Amino acid sequence: MAAAFNEMFADVDVCRPGYKFLQRWLKSTPPDVLAARRSEAELLFRRIGITFAVYGTAEAEERIIPFDIIPRVFTRAEWQRLTRGLEQRVRALNAFLADIYGNAEILAAGKVPADLIYRDPHFRPEMAGLKLPNNVYIHIAGIDIVRVDDEDFYVLEDNVRTPSGVSYMLENREVMMRLFPDLFAVNRIAPVENYPEELLATLLSVAPHSAPDEPTVALLTPGPFNSAYYEHSFLADKLGVELVEGRDLLVRDNVVVMRTTEGLKRVDVLYRRLDDDFLDPLTFRPDSTLGVPGLMNAYRAGNITLANAVGTGLADDKAVYSYVPEIVRFYLGEEPILKNVPTWRCREPDALAHVLAHLNELVVKEVSGSGGYGMMIGPVADTTTREAFAAKVTANPANFIAQPTLALSTSPTFVDSGVAPRHVDLRPFVLSGADRVRIVPGGLTRVALQQGSLVVNSSQGGGTKDTWVLDA
Amino acid sequence: MLSRTADSLFWLARYVERADNTARIIDAARRLSAMPESFAGESNEWESALAAAGALAAFEQHHRTADRETVIDFLAFSADNPSSIKHCLATARHNGRAERTALTGDMWEAINTGWLELQRFDGTRMDRDTLTEFLSRVKEACLRFDGSAYRTMLRSDAYFFLRLGVYLERADSTARILDVKYHLLLPEGARVGGGLDYFQWSSILRSVSALTAYRWVYHESLKPWLIADLLVLNDQMPRSLASCYENLTMFLDEVSQAYGRQGPAQRIARSIRTRLQNAEISEIFQKKGLHEFLTEFIADNHRLGAAIAEQYLT
Repeated sequence: MAAAFNEMFADVDVCRPGYKFLQRWLKSTPPDVLAARRSEAELLFRRIGITFAVYGTAEAEERIIPFDIIPRVFTRAEWQRLTRGLEQRVRALNAFLADIYGNAEILAAGKVPADLIYRDPHFRPEMAGLKLPNNVYIHIAGIDIVRVDDEDFYVLEDNVRTPSGVSYMLENREVMMRLFPDLFAVNRIAPVENYPEELLATLLSVAPHSAPDEPTVALLTPGPFNSAYYEHSFLADKLGVELVEGRDLLVRDNVVVMRTTEGLKRVDVLYRRLDDDFLDPLTFRPDSTLGVPGLMNAYRAGNITLANAVGTGLADDKAVYSYVPEIVRFYLGEEPILKNVPTWRCREPDALAHVLAHLNELVVKEVSGSGGYGMMIGPVADTTTREAFAAKVTANPANFIAQPTLALSTSPTFVDSGVAPRHVDLRPFVLSGADRVRIVPGGLTRVALQQGSLVVNSSQGGGTKDTWVLDA
Repeated sequence: MLSRTADSLFWLARYVERADNTARIIDAARRLSAMPESFAGESNEWESALAAAGALAAFEQHHRTADRETVIDFLAFSADNPSSIKHCLATARHNGRAERTALTGDMWEAINTGWLELQRFDGTRMDRDTLTEFLSRVKEACLRFDGSAYRTMLRSDAYFFLRLGVYLERADSTARILDVKYHLLLPEGARVGGGLDYFQWSSILRSVSALTAYRWVYHESLKPWLIADLLVLNDQMPRSLASCYENLTMFLDEVSQAYGRQGPAQRIARSIRTRLQNAEISEIFQKKGLHEFLTEFIADNHRLGAAIAEQYLT
């Protein structure tokens, strides 16, 4: 594996332009001040109550994600390039979903194998032939981006179901502004605080045609026991909309209404943070108590907009991922701006053979896994784990893909030994409305706090940083 | 607003109020039990505390004897007691967390910080100092929550439902505290049994933080019928039944004005309030008996709670 791209230093003592102010600041700030600021930050997070639950850990019902006080920096030029790529990618994925649930031209053209689509558990036959307002399926996307060099941005995953993390983008910034007002005063850092505004505009723009002039938006959560519940309530508050659970809603004459202290009230747009499977027990999992019976009927009748649409999971499936460059070319006639990580699809016999022979070099992922679960990192896995994974892959090759381990770029991070480079990724958020695509300049930077570690997932010991886009 | 949200806020307020009431009951019982028998009498203060907190039946399912250790543990910490202080505050915080959007930042910080601070108390090694500190922390957390609601919240339905929870719970609590000691509260002119009962009476006032208030209102030494008058009928006294019902009718009227519609809850509250306004303490003693009056009140108060739930919270 090549040496990782260091975002701060081009060479020993040669600082890249975007990081110069940070270098000066770090030089002039003693470590004990940094440490004091760090504990102050932790106190702030705990007091505001930003916690997340980790599934399967009984003792730690609520944890806070470790926060690194050193920001990660993008120059304006880098950000513009990234933005163009993100917009292009999400446009293509929206076109892809409209096509798949419409005429399926891309399958007819042989660009993507039909069986891959139709056998995918995230393909929802219920969506076939349904016309959505302005053909938007993915209203909110969280595209995971990594850098490996000065030039290129690679997409690691397209999260287009119910991506989370945006509350950290907003709260991290809030905390940084409280801790380091001086840094904000002397550097022109693009603001992110208008995200809720942009999100609301996006959601209102896709209200169904049958909605009244002032449509009602609500945010649907699985409830307080969900790991992202904090974010759900945070966003509902910032948006100024009701935070509803399935039991607050019912469907009357194919219209979705919520139970309020003043009686039943119509809902027009549902920003749902509940997976497809649980949305409607009459259509999907019959044992779901989190959903709303009859919701899909109201949806199909055109009386409610679901954001994101049902069935978007097809577009962030890891097997479909490998076709995204083709998808971009097919619908937009453009070369993809963001790169794809080379991917071996184990469903193809040659690829499978290659993967099994190179398990110690590759990252093997379940096509439907997420959050760092259901994956094996070859170079660090022990023999037993590798063998177990080899057996799983052989048993059901179509369920796996493999990718080379990427040398994720590093950003300076305050750790026990002082300031040291640690690997980072980035999740920017892309909003697609009826009118346009909106991207606020920032995102969630996740950092692998252990030296040498490449796993940035919060459920696996990763932390977060504020992400600064320099506006000058 | 969502019915579920209104319900969570209503109960959030009730649990905070209950935690505060229970802390005061423990505090009063502790004072009384520390006195020599010749002053405080032979009654078991710890059992009275359980009864005042409405937890006697639940306690007897888990314990045989009511003494300092078992009662403090049960009222303050026990997971077996759904109304223990710790359980109340955990539930209040859970509701608050679920309804973050309906609370102001200050209110959430108050309830979250209060809950976090109490984590280090667990009922083991509850010596005198630790108990004092625990009780004052609880009171502080409750005051902070109440105060931040008062200072920072928009005066809209969310606030009204929160206040309804406070006063419904408080009315219930005051009535129970009185009822536990009703046999000590005698009508005017009855033979008062020497100094023995003085500390019992002052303990009643202490458990609702009204000892000083009593002196300001009546300028007299403690008389049992006046204590009953203060806590039942005096609308200047913020924990009295009359004051609670003044507030309950007021906030129910606010809700009905906001929604443009009245219902059974408004009617029930008004009729209870009218009864309290027209009553005289001597009449209560003579016609009905204090115990019967309080029993009826507790049932009526419960009926109002059910009507509010029916009308708004489901």
